[in-house]
Amino acid sequence: MAKLILSMDGLVLKEIPLNKERLSIGRKPHNDIQIDNLAISGEHAVVVTILADSFLEDLNSTNGTLVNGQPIKKHFLRNNDVIELGKYKLKYMADLQAGAAASDFEKNVATRSGQLKLPSELQLEPTETSVRSNVGLASQPKAPIPGLAAAIQLLNGPNAGKELDLTKTLTTLGKPGLQVAVIAKRPHGYFITHVEGSQFPVVNGKALDAQAYPLGDHDVIEIAGIKMAFFLKG
Amino acid sequence: MFMPQSGMRIWIGVPNGPLPLASVFAGTVSMMLRDALEMVVRTDPGVIRSHNEDAVFADAGLGIAILADGMGGYNAGEVASGMAITRLTDDLTRVISSCVTQEGSGCSDPSVIERHIVNEVGAANFAIFHASQSCAQYSGMGTTLVMAWFYDNRMSVAHVGDSRLYRLRGQAFELLTRDHSLLQEQIDNGMVSPEEARYAENRNLVTRALGVDPSVDAEVNDFDVQAGDIVLLCSDGLNDMVEDDDIALTLSALGGNLPLAADHLIQLANDHGGRDNVSVILIKVLGDYSAPKGWWQRLFGCLK
Repeated sequence: MAKLILSMDGLVLKEIPLNKERLSIGRKPHNDIQIDNLAISGEHAVVVTILADSFLEDLNSTNGTLVNGQPIKKHFLRNNDVIELGKYKLKYMADLQAGAAASDFEKNVATRSGQLKLPSELQLEPTETSVRSNVGLASQPKAPIPGLAAAIQLLNGPNAGKELDLTKTLTTLGKPGLQVAVIAKRPHGYFITHVEGSQFPVVNGKALDAQAYPLGDHDVIEIAGIKMAFFLKG
Repeated sequence: MFMPQSGMRIWIGVPNGPLPLASVFAGTVSMMLRDALEMVVRTDPGVIRSHNEDAVFADAGLGIAILADGMGGYNAGEVASGMAITRLTDDLTRVISSCVTQEGSGCSDPSVIERHIVNEVGAANFAIFHASQSCAQYSGMGTTLVMAWFYDNRMSVAHVGDSRLYRLRGQAFELLTRDHSLLQEQIDNGMVSPEEARYAENRNLVTRALGVDPSVDAEVNDFDVQAGDIVLLCSDGLNDMVEDDDIALTLSALGGNLPLAADHLIQLANDHGGRDNVSVILIKVLGDYSAPKGWWQRLFGCLK
């Protein structure tokens, strides 16, 4: 379960589990987290938690709410966000374990009986039947492709000597309608593949087939009569 | 490529069938669907899951592409998505061939197409719902659905859940469906910004699905289609793993080789983690496929 850690001047005061859908923060005693300090408004802010996601909303407090130093009205909380109310700090600790498990859930249906409800009205319970596997992966991988920089340099033709950095995931080479090949940047290297045209690209003097070919440092590629060298940078 | 001769009348869906009398008078030339559309289908379990609960079908001759992403324990997800595809394929094939024989020109009225889709999706929904109710191991199963029906230089797009349809037209890459998901609702009502949505944990909750209720509300929209358009149907295994920009780049860079583009999309999803099953259907519009009109319809059109 995600939690908030309340502290002041570096001193931890309290750990608050986010076990309610709506957790209110303010000076008045009816709040879920009461902070008895004049810098805090009577009803200062609220944290809404839906399954593994939490949202912070400032309730038009007099002195405002900061997240990571920025004033906010509404904020989608992310792991290690620091909320500031006056001199008090609340650190948001996401439950990454549960998050990983939640995102490993099979797709799930959020409504019954077909009618749509507002998220605030939804009573969501992850169903056990939907769990297929529980692999302990971080939940938002979108793995950045490692920066193995590479470029090609033209060896002949009018632009001989010109360099082209391979920064995009795909770089096409050649003339559309005549001969086109593509270099794909993948986590484990660069691959050249034939796209269109009756002629296939030639690498180091050998014509390729339809399969992707892994490029090595200083390979010489020939497409539509233009020779170019592939090389790794840095 | 098949090139119809000038003045020849093309009758959708009935190769070698008798040509209607009106064909003699038809002036405009349109390609048969199977020649106007190139379709490529790929589905892959991904790198983590052992089962593939996605199911796909595409037939350029019918002008139909359907993709379903099943959910439910054990193998129930596969059963639900498989049932959706089988039912819809059979029923739509029958509908299309009966349109051709009755009207002689195939379906070309958007409201008629929409009615057919709503009826057939409803029937598939009920069949899955009934199976899940009557069989304990299938209880709670369901599936998303996205389908495109190409007719008369148009396409009718239906979807339920978070499977998507994108279109690349020139440089413009657009999402034409809106997910029926909790996350999309949170984006719509301002709780989550589109940038924050990437980090949301609640990404697997759909608010509509086939097979969970006796009836289903399929969203159907009609779009014009132009030669050169590339249409992508995909399960969330693609768009959860790969940024829209990278999908767009793949389609524009590799559009000249559709099978390679489809392979590359699957590869991108797996290179980025491949946590879910990933399926794609790519459709490239090669030319005009307007429905042939009878001479009286064209005459009427001129007088209007």
